[in-house]
Amino acid sequence: MPLPYSEIVMEHFRHPHNVGRMEDADAKAIEGSPACGDMVAVYLKVDPQTLRITDIKFESYGCASNIATGSIITELAKGKPLEEAKQITWKEASDALGGLPPIKTHCSVLAVDGLRAAIQNYEERHGLVKEQVPTTTEEILRRLKHVMNPVVGLDLVRTKMVHEVEITDGTVRVVVDLPADHQFAATIREGIVEKIEPLWDVKKVIVEFTE
Amino acid sequence: MLDQSVYLDNGATTRLDERVLEAMKPYLFEKYAVATSQFGYSLGTDAREALEGARAAIAGTLGAEGEEFVFTSGSTESSNMALKGVAMALGEKKGRHLITSSIEDFPVLHSVRALERQGFTATRLGVDQYGRIDLDALRAAITPKTILVSVQVANQEIGTLQDIASIAAICHERGVLFHTDASHAFTRLPLDVRQVPVDLVTVTAHLIHGPKGIGGLYIRKNTPLAKWMDGGFQEFDKRPGEENIPGAIGFARAVELVTPDETARLQAMRDRAIERLLQIPHAELNGHPTFRLPQNANISFRFVEGESVLLHLDMRGFAVSTGSACFSRSLEASHVILGIGGNHERAHGSVRLTFGRYNHPEDVDAVAAALTEVIASLRVISPLGKE
Repeated sequence: MPLPYSEIVMEHFRHPHNVGRMEDADAKAIEGSPACGDMVAVYLKVDPQTLRITDIKFESYGCASNIATGSIITELAKGKPLEEAKQITWKEASDALGGLPPIKTHCSVLAVDGLRAAIQNYEERHGLVKEQVPTTTEEILRRLKHVMNPVVGLDLVRTKMVHEVEITDGTVRVVVDLPADHQFAATIREGIVEKIEPLWDVKKVIVEFTE
Repeated sequence: MLDQSVYLDNGATTRLDERVLEAMKPYLFEKYAVATSQFGYSLGTDAREALEGARAAIAGTLGAEGEEFVFTSGSTESSNMALKGVAMALGEKKGRHLITSSIEDFPVLHSVRALERQGFTATRLGVDQYGRIDLDALRAAITPKTILVSVQVANQEIGTLQDIASIAAICHERGVLFHTDASHAFTRLPLDVRQVPVDLVTVTAHLIHGPKGIGGLYIRKNTPLAKWMDGGFQEFDKRPGEENIPGAIGFARAVELVTPDETARLQAMRDRAIERLLQIPHAELNGHPTFRLPQNANISFRFVEGESVLLHLDMRGFAVSTGSACFSRSLEASHVILGIGGNHERAHGSVRLTFGRYNHPEDVDAVAAALTEVIASLRVISPLGKE
């Protein structure tokens, strides 16, 4: 029986490109968590003059599609200016891999998110964020879509666990629909803080639980 | 794919033994008639005789009479028949409460869920870190409305054995029917219904090198069980449908071919596999070290994900299984690993090896060497476990 993965996916899975940790990275990002079963770390080296990605590496804890997407996305981004690399979509990565099984979308989107988050991390660190728009509830929710609910392996927003979001004077309060003593409460709290803290106008993140 | 493949997923299904096929052949080509009554034509009475011989032989290995054993299409049907049959027979008369464990295989778990949708209630007993239920918790869970307890002999994923004799004794004493899913343990471990007061036992052929599509249910005499599928009067009017005679003959032959020597051989491979795999750093045994199916080894490797492990092993010619969510059709992590208190990471990194007749000790060394390399290479690219 043929595997559900294309030959290109299998080739990247067998021999992933740009793999490993970069100790002296100019920027990095981690998406996903061990609990949700997939996790990608992306490391960047950027030329400060040209703002081109001179080197890129990734690490993956995940299935074949996660590893293969990490490999292809780093290939696609290498040498590109940040502005261009940002525009790389999941569709382009998937096409370059000869297609991915629909059930594996989540695992492969993670790698694309990892690249974007790493670029954003670079921009935030180097004062390249053009317009400093005040953080909105929409932006918080957008970021919470990247925090996993380990109980089901899907994000907090999709699993309707975000009970309330409140922004007052740089303090963001997020109320999660989960007992405070739940086994994953600490993991979820950590995930939320990690995603919201880097926002330029956020001074404090408070995570509360409903019970 | 390699020419030489090593199949280590005998807990999913097994290769048919040629001797089983030989036993079945006459019933496919020469004696293909249906089992007629004793007044039928001779092809049919011959078929009847063969069917009853197979039935008596299989029932005999459980210490049961032929009339207490009904052929089914496999363990899924057997467990459905046991749970739904008892529920339909006793739901009105006695009560609507069932007890099971949290780590049962899907035929039992999902039958319970289906019955809950019809107004039954169920207690799912938790298990300890090895996967064993607590007997006091079972005692406490039984109420006057409890009609059935269903706890497996051995777990499908982690191989843990339950204390079936004690569970049966408790149920017997409290007057509650007891069903056990013996799919993975049948013939590999002794179970005698004359000594263990169990009322219903699920068994299947395809896990012991028998044909697929045939299984059975032991039903102790006078056990209230409603017929839940309608049709003819076959199988003592308990399970309608034309009898699968070649399957029954194959099942009986498969049972006959399992020997204690062979089981000891599988156990030696299991022990060697566990010993070798636990030498890999950050590896942990899932299930009980001694109360364990002789053919099952299940180890979790930290910082790696099971589907990736499985694919790399496949490229090297090994077939194994994993409890990772990425591998399952439902994208849900193994309820068994979560049930024994493991986290998702432990489920994602779990690898199950199940041995069978066609494995050799060299397979163990080969898969251990391959796994050692695969785990190491996946850890190189993993962001976890480096600090």
